[in-house]
Amino acid sequence: MKHTISVLVENKFGVLARISGLFSARGYNINSLSVSETHDPTMSCMTIVIDAADERILEQIKKQLNRLIDVITVSDLTKKEHVERELMLVKVAVKAKDKPKVKQLARKFNAVISGTKNDCIILDITAEQGRIDAFLNALKGFKISELVRTGKIAMVK
Amino acid sequence: MIGAQILIECLEREGVEIMFGYPGGQVLPIFDKLYDSKIRFILTRHEQGAAHAADGYARATGKVGVCLATSGPGATNLTTGIANAYMDSVPMVAITGQVKTFLIGNDAFQEADVTGVTRSISKHNFLVKDVNDLARTIREAFHIASTGRPGPVVIDIPVDVQQADCDFFWPQEVSIRGYKPTYFGHAGQIKKAARLIARSKRPVLYIGGGVITSGAHQEVLRLAEGIKAPVAMTMMGLGAFPGTHQMSLGMLGMHGTAYANHAVTESDLIIAIGARFDDRVTGRIDAFAPNAKVIHIDIDPTSISKNIRVDIPIVGDAKNILGQILEEIKKKPDTEKWLNQIREWKSRHPLRYIHDGEKIKPQFVIEQIYEATKGKAIIVTEVGQNQMWSCQWYKYDEPRTFISSGGLGTMGFGFPAALGVKLGCPEKEVFDIAGDGSIQMNIQELMTAVCNKIPVKVAILNNGFLGMVRQWQELFYKKRYSSVKISSPDFVKLAESFGAIGMQITKKPDVRKAIEKALRIDNTVLMDFIVEPEENVYPMVPAGSAINQMISGLA
Repeated sequence: MKHTISVLVENKFGVLARISGLFSARGYNINSLSVSETHDPTMSCMTIVIDAADERILEQIKKQLNRLIDVITVSDLTKKEHVERELMLVKVAVKAKDKPKVKQLARKFNAVISGTKNDCIILDITAEQGRIDAFLNALKGFKISELVRTGKIAMVK
Repeated sequence: MIGAQILIECLEREGVEIMFGYPGGQVLPIFDKLYDSKIRFILTRHEQGAAHAADGYARATGKVGVCLATSGPGATNLTTGIANAYMDSVPMVAITGQVKTFLIGNDAFQEADVTGVTRSISKHNFLVKDVNDLARTIREAFHIASTGRPGPVVIDIPVDVQQADCDFFWPQEVSIRGYKPTYFGHAGQIKKAARLIARSKRPVLYIGGGVITSGAHQEVLRLAEGIKAPVAMTMMGLGAFPGTHQMSLGMLGMHGTAYANHAVTESDLIIAIGARFDDRVTGRIDAFAPNAKVIHIDIDPTSISKNIRVDIPIVGDAKNILGQILEEIKKKPDTEKWLNQIREWKSRHPLRYIHDGEKIKPQFVIEQIYEATKGKAIIVTEVGQNQMWSCQWYKYDEPRTFISSGGLGTMGFGFPAALGVKLGCPEKEVFDIAGDGSIQMNIQELMTAVCNKIPVKVAILNNGFLGMVRQWQELFYKKRYSSVKISSPDFVKLAESFGAIGMQITKKPDVRKAIEKALRIDNTVLMDFIVEPEENVYPMVPAGSAINQMISGLA
């Protein structure tokens, strides 16, 4: 089962390596990881999505994270009411005649057109992961030439 | 004040009296300031020796052990010692030089990514890039190393930071927002534990190194005597409860006593204190204490429910929690029948070995050391058969009198560690019980011992084999002895060439005489006991078996 864990850490060099090292040393895979400074510049917030095979592994991961000196708090958002978002940039290779179709899809999904050239459109969408996946599915008929996703960020309500 | 001077000033303020290490290009400013310091510096002959010596010093005294090495190879040579201290939760601060800040990452001469290399083998590490952070970093390092579940902390200091100037500021208090160990147990959990203890019929205390770290040995004694429960110790826990006490079951696990393993298996309540259910202790997990409820007291939350399901976890310091539990226990369990059963196991399955041939048995050597020192020595061991026999045949009545590499199982640990132990406890007799294999791993430290006048006694149980591996090859690989026959130098001549005293002992009646002679010599003594080559350590639980499924090995 996928779990979303929010980790508040010291904003120092080397902290990301400690966190990722903790996962890699135990052979746990990280589905997504997103890090940035918070309103307090001495702290960063990491949102980590992991696939834990069972509760025991999840408990160990949380305890191990807490044990790191540079980790300030660890909270598992999975069972809490929370807001979550992900940002995706997608470049669609498209001929002039098909552009209206793509733009219409973008409007439907509240995606923003962030750049256009003769042969492509860059779309920008911020939404829950499921909605982004649905948008990608809707774009299936077009040729995607580049795609970047940030991974999830989340916040307790 | 320059960085190097700040470092020395901080070490002195932290109460450091002795440190171990080796100089080099990127620590020259530190050594220059050490020249004027009152800190005693022990120059080992290899950085690994320095790390183990600092580790041994810390284990024997409870203080933080300190070692110092240069960048690159100096630092990488420390790493086995750092990993060793980490696995056994030993408070240690390892200081390494680093290339100049602006050269880091440029493959400079003698550069290694020390914080990268030590990340997973230390409790924490620091790379100090600004001299203004140095004093606070050192203060934090000592705090982290010595509190909570202790462990090694590495401070990597680039040489330009050592040379940079700044005002010295000593922070009185240390406060790290992400590091607040829990010291007192949860009151509700303590009540539950006390109730469970009162209801139990077959309780066993299973105690580990955490009892020694916490200084909880008196509380353990009061609990064991109060509720009349037998006490099984892990290897790290030996000495935390008197080995000669009638409630002692000695060590449990792979080479533990049969009665400890039977007691744990039949128990209805395991009270685990400062122990982590290591695989060498539990054997096959699903057969470990199958009918028991488990109370687990540990300061490290990650140790709880890691290997085994726990009914009542209590996070905190063992000494505090046991104090709380002792106050809470109103009704004592009736364990009379259980103790009778334990007595029967003890008389039916005592530890034993057969000593009828010409050859000296290694167990006999250890028994003789026990008798000659009246059980008052500090025993340090290497790793392998010598270590297991030292667990079985010497009785440890006091904490910090058995010093051994537990978690990492580092061959070559014993001798340099013994030097640190002796320097920390000069009034004690210190023995390193070694194998002919392990002693050769850090034999160069003989020079350190002799030139610093550290009179430890080394008892080599010389069987001509890497004995423990040979034992496994005998039992599980059809006696196909692959690379386990090992030759040794003439240890007597070798000792003499270093300025130590060497003896070779080949006959039983000479064993005791040699030990007593060694005790009278105020110098490092190497005793080379030529022992039975293919003696095995028994009892033994084969890897992956239940711990009550032991091979006794004896007819």
